[in-house]
Amino acid sequence: MIELARDVRDTCRTYGNDRTRLLDIVRVVQSRYGCVSSQAIDLAANALKIHRVEVESVVSFYSFLSVRPKGTIVIRLCNDVVDEMFGAEKVARAFSEELGIPFGGTTPDGKISLEYTACIGMSDQAPAALVNDVVVTYLSSDRAREVVRILRETGDPRRLVHRLGDGNNAHPLVRSMIHNNIRKAGPVVLAPMDPGAALRKALAMSPVEVIRDLKTSRLRGRGGAGFPAGMKWEFTRNANGDSKCIICNADEGEPGTFKDRVILTEFSDLMFEGMTIAGYAIGADLGILYLRGEYAYLRALLEQVLQSRRSQNLLGKNILGKSGVHFDIRIQMGAGAYICGEETALISSCEGLRGDPKNRPPFPAEKGYLGMPTCVNNVETLCCVARILDNGAGWFAQIGSKGSAGTKLLSVSGDCSSPGVYEVPFGLKLRNLLEMVGGEDALAVQMGGASGRMVSRADFERIICFDDLATGGSVMVFGPQRHVPWIASKFLDFFVEESCGYCTPCRVGSVLLKQKLEDIIHGRGQAGDLEYLEQLGALMKTTSRCGLGQTAPVPVLSSIQAFRPTYEALLLKKAEEPFLASFDIQAALRESQQLTGRASTVFAA
Amino acid sequence: MSDRMILTIDGVKIEAKPGQTILQAADDGGIYIPRLCAHKELEPFGACRVCTVMVNGRPQAACTTPAANAIIVENETEPLREIRRALVEMLFVEGNHYCMYCERSGGCELQAMAYRLGIQAPRFPYQFPKRDMDASHPDILLERNRCILCGRCVRASRDLDGKHVFQFTGRGARKTIWVNAEAKLADTKLKLADKAVEICPVGAILKKGTGYRVPIGQRAFDHKPIGSDIEEKRAPAQSL
Repeated sequence: MIELARDVRDTCRTYGNDRTRLLDIVRVVQSRYGCVSSQAIDLAANALKIHRVEVESVVSFYSFLSVRPKGTIVIRLCNDVVDEMFGAEKVARAFSEELGIPFGGTTPDGKISLEYTACIGMSDQAPAALVNDVVVTYLSSDRAREVVRILRETGDPRRLVHRLGDGNNAHPLVRSMIHNNIRKAGPVVLAPMDPGAALRKALAMSPVEVIRDLKTSRLRGRGGAGFPAGMKWEFTRNANGDSKCIICNADEGEPGTFKDRVILTEFSDLMFEGMTIAGYAIGADLGILYLRGEYAYLRALLEQVLQSRRSQNLLGKNILGKSGVHFDIRIQMGAGAYICGEETALISSCEGLRGDPKNRPPFPAEKGYLGMPTCVNNVETLCCVARILDNGAGWFAQIGSKGSAGTKLLSVSGDCSSPGVYEVPFGLKLRNLLEMVGGEDALAVQMGGASGRMVSRADFERIICFDDLATGGSVMVFGPQRHVPWIASKFLDFFVEESCGYCTPCRVGSVLLKQKLEDIIHGRGQAGDLEYLEQLGALMKTTSRCGLGQTAPVPVLSSIQAFRPTYEALLLKKAEEPFLASFDIQAALRESQQLTGRASTVFAA
Repeated sequence: MSDRMILTIDGVKIEAKPGQTILQAADDGGIYIPRLCAHKELEPFGACRVCTVMVNGRPQAACTTPAANAIIVENETEPLREIRRALVEMLFVEGNHYCMYCERSGGCELQAMAYRLGIQAPRFPYQFPKRDMDASHPDILLERNRCILCGRCVRASRDLDGKHVFQFTGRGARKTIWVNAEAKLADTKLKLADKAVEICPVGAILKKGTGYRVPIGQRAFDHKPIGSDIEEKRAPAQSL
């Protein structure tokens, strides 16, 4: 207790007793004590001079934080759709049997906890799990049992890394078994760079000229929404504010995407260079890299890259000798919340709050992080920025298609022979991509992750670009053996888990969608159920407060659109079934029958 | 050029003051836009989405969208009424709302909204969640089964009472109203006279010892639908 008190106080002091750094503080407490206990909450609240319920509210929001004690080792098995396709269920059983606990449980000795987690950015090497910060890939039941044995023997998750991955995955600061799986490198992002070259060119121009160049390049945001990057910068530059902020969104949480993982591992210099250029152009002196909690294993490497850039005067005061140009970057760790990829939720999280999206207006460009005009860009977007400044806006603009300049990194996973990262110019036909990745016999492709669209063969001639098949990068391939409604239900599981719960349609609607779809999958669906799903989905799209709720129904709606006969075949015909099929009278009677100790004479089982 | 802001809501022109939201301007103009989480003494919140209107053809929450000159707002249209019915039905099935014996019946804004919108039974299945009631406080009951997560008590306690008694914990369907104590409302500084108590639109925060005090026939919404107070302010000459 005395130790805890001192530790929490010291941790708070390390962060200047600043309540906006609450997320960092509770992360430290969580990692040291396996929970942020009620006592720790009180201690932190006292040190930060805030109310304990504010701390508790934050702790309870993020899935990597917990008020109740967890084991010193937490195994988080990814139960994303692709992981389940490749046997996550068997792996789960093996973990559960070997540990003797169910998911959500902790071993009696208090050492190991077992949980499920959403996509951890390893769909190209599924099934995968996080063991504390250590990523374990290509799991099987045997391997799961071995993982438990090693953890029991050594108590050290780092011992699980039996062979190192390629590139910087083998770096002494990373030491992970992850593979980059770069299948196709392109000229924009996945290419060698000379740190400082692009920045030098940018600093030779005025900030307005840099923005003009960016506009000329026609660069659009790579995170999914495709907003013109130059325009976003201009808004932020023109907004009133003494200090401004640029945030790099590395909360790569969209199921099936992992391309930012590869950039962060191998090309972070390019990304940081883009951030620095952004800082110069919009007049920001503060940069924040928001790194998802799942990628904590990359933090030490990224800190070293930042340090090296500081020593080369690519960060810090009077950058590259240009007087008055100051810019530095700090890393903000996330703690397990997909919603924090939404830019205003991400800002809330950086401010040490729950990851609730904010009301707009004001938009971040006017009032963002701590009230400063703030520009939030995706990892890949900022890499493009650096390359544009180095090679020229015209060079960039001539790559790709008419409305979509440049290349796009695609994270390809699922039923294909070569899952991994592909950098392709915009304008590629989906069919050509499938040929490239060895997924020609696909039944369906999910473009853009859980919040994206499911397309069928009829759409394989469509073009990957902002104006046709848009994607933030996730491409999941489903072979002919897969069951489309099951895939859609997996995506709904994800949204039920990841909705922040702020607004009614998303919080309630995602649960209702999921329930109806389960009814249909389990033979309890009736005529009218597809229309129910469509109307409910339309309501969520129209009324949800942020992009999460607006896109949560898209996978189920688009899959109904593309595979209507598959769904219809599952529905009971009303004539055959006089009762409400979704109502299970036996289940409804179970409790009263248990209480009375006798079965219903009317509704005999 | 005039700085006046004139917007049109369902064909009626109203004037908005600088800084007003669409909902605030509509209130002043005597046009009721249905809402549950919004409250005139509180910061806009944007959670319930019942105030969704079409602004120049796009859906927006009237409570958080600034009024602007020349915008065309649709409010009382059948598609919007249908959207609102569905949202209110969601709130009904999400919690455990038993109007027939709830003390707030007749004064409850959720119930009154259902009547105003003409809801007879929800189209969605009841979820029957298991939620905890907190009866620890000598004067006040916190009945989470009836909470619609509107955040009024959170804002009122923080901004009007200066206490921060309430905040949300958890996320998604597990989001819960929680109190500034280890577990119990009794251990907070909440007092009977606090704004946070009376501002609850439903029967989630109740004063103890005064149950069913208002006779049927004299309750807030017994004779007039919710929103009538606002609609009565509308000068007849203003309508088109």
